Amino acid sequence: MIRQSALPGIASTLGLTLLWLSLIVLLPLVALVLRPWELGLAGVWQSITAPRVLASLRLSFGAAALAAALNVPIGLLIAWVMVRYRFPGRNLADSLIDMPLALPTAVAGISLTALFAPHGWFGVLLAPLGLKVAYTPLGILIALIFVGLPFVVRTLEPVIMDLPLEAEEVAATLGATRAQIVRRIILPALMPALLAGFGAALARSVGEYGSVIFIAGNMPMISEIAPLLIVIRLEQLDYAGAAALGLVMLVASFAILLLLNLLQRRMNIRHA
Amino acid sequence: MRAALTALTAILLVVLLLMPLAVVFTEALRHGLDGVLDTFAEPDAIASIGLTLIVAAVTVPLNAVCGTAAAWCIGRFRFPGRGMLMTLIELPLTVSPVISGLVWVLLFGANGWFGPILNRAGIQIIFAVPGLILATTFVTFPFVARILIPLMEQQGVAEEEAALTLGATGWQTFWRVTLPNIRWGLLYGVLLCNARAMGEFGAVSVVSGHVRGQTMTMPLQVEALFNDYDWVGAFTIAGLLSLLALLTLAVKAMLEWRIGERGGPLL
Repeated sequence: MIRQSALPGIASTLGLTLLWLSLIVLLPLVALVLRPWELGLAGVWQSITAPRVLASLRLSFGAAALAAALNVPIGLLIAWVMVRYRFPGRNLADSLIDMPLALPTAVAGISLTALFAPHGWFGVLLAPLGLKVAYTPLGILIALIFVGLPFVVRTLEPVIMDLPLEAEEVAATLGATRAQIVRRIILPALMPALLAGFGAALARSVGEYGSVIFIAGNMPMISEIAPLLIVIRLEQLDYAGAAALGLVMLVASFAILLLLNLLQRRMNIRHA
Repeated sequence: MRAALTALTAILLVVLLLMPLAVVFTEALRHGLDGVLDTFAEPDAIASIGLTLIVAAVTVPLNAVCGTAAAWCIGRFRFPGRGMLMTLIELPLTVSPVISGLVWVLLFGANGWFGPILNRAGIQIIFAVPGLILATTFVTFPFVARILIPLMEQQGVAEEEAALTLGATGWQTFWRVTLPNIRWGLLYGVLLCNARAMGEFGAVSVVSGHVRGQTMTMPLQVEALFNDYDWVGAFTIAGLLSLLALLTLAVKAMLEWRIGERGGPLL
């Protein structure tokens, strides 16, 4: 079935790729899939439905979804300005957008904590308003907005670049207002990309650890994210319990991504 | 309207992205240069820098070679299961960092599948340097391949077929034709791979065991110092990591200009 090609090396490169993939990615993931069942079916169920576990899952998935949803309008604004407008410092801004991806998560974690701590640059401004961000679930939201933002911007930029200007110009000559053009022409065309950006930001945020744990406060039932609970279970040598929670997170994130993918495909078909 | 939107974007970029970077350096320099120098006088800090370099020095070349091999077979050939293989290669990108560490503990930890056997043989992987290397390799696995595959698909095979027709061997073709064609893309992938390898926190945190001076990479040292309330120390190491991030972004911008593609992925 391999297409006739004059090039050599398919056997050796494919062999090396499969070997490396199996050793580094697949074997470890097999352990994740198999180890929870040492507890038995009832044991796994009990391990993943404990109130503290459910609270952490609700927090991880809820905060990630909210952060991704907030990143959609913020990311749309930034992507739109970056693609459509020319302004001084644009190249610098373009590099800055990648900052959350290049900055190690632990660095992001302590710097956001320093900013939002009661005496930090932002904390001082928010305190009179009665807003406490550091060491609360609100801090988790801020950290997840930070790490997810580039995913929305980078997903939207190429799509905005490809939007046909003619459609907007025709609508304008036909007497449409700018608001009508945005609502009837631009947003529908961007819908699949907005959804894709939301999904990418969500996928990154659900499992996020380093940038969150410093600012979260990590109170069980209140501000304890699911990845932290995995770490705690490992420290108690509860390997099966840690694996069970890890497996639930992995399966749930894949299910959500698959659903978003299907939704996006349906939208693309409708627009084609 | 245009001015208002641009101004709003500028404010968002400064507040959300620039301030977190700026605060790292101001906190590091809170007690002037002396505080920074004191941090680097600590043997544990130096050890964490050394260990980070070791982990990256092992991980990055391994993933670069295997990523290039993967790009060769996926980017140059059509075979059944090709799409599936690409999906599997990108899998680590969607796995939580903590899970990327957890899987290695399940295999090699004290209660792991192979842990007890290896322990009896005197080999320790978890809470030791090999665990840090394995976890980092898992996390950075996709970086080189996912940059090179679309690049090689787009370039096509015409030049390589010409070289082979003219009598070059497979290796000659690779070194003289393929590698020069993909060199900027390869460098780009290695750059991203290296940035993540040196900055990874969650995965290495799970397998490290936090033995000071021995199994602490720079991001773990940042956490330890921060939890000790040594803010200047934590932000000094963090500042070093931030400089690495800035360097990565600068080289990335330069390489994108070379490859002729703007705003490429940085995952």
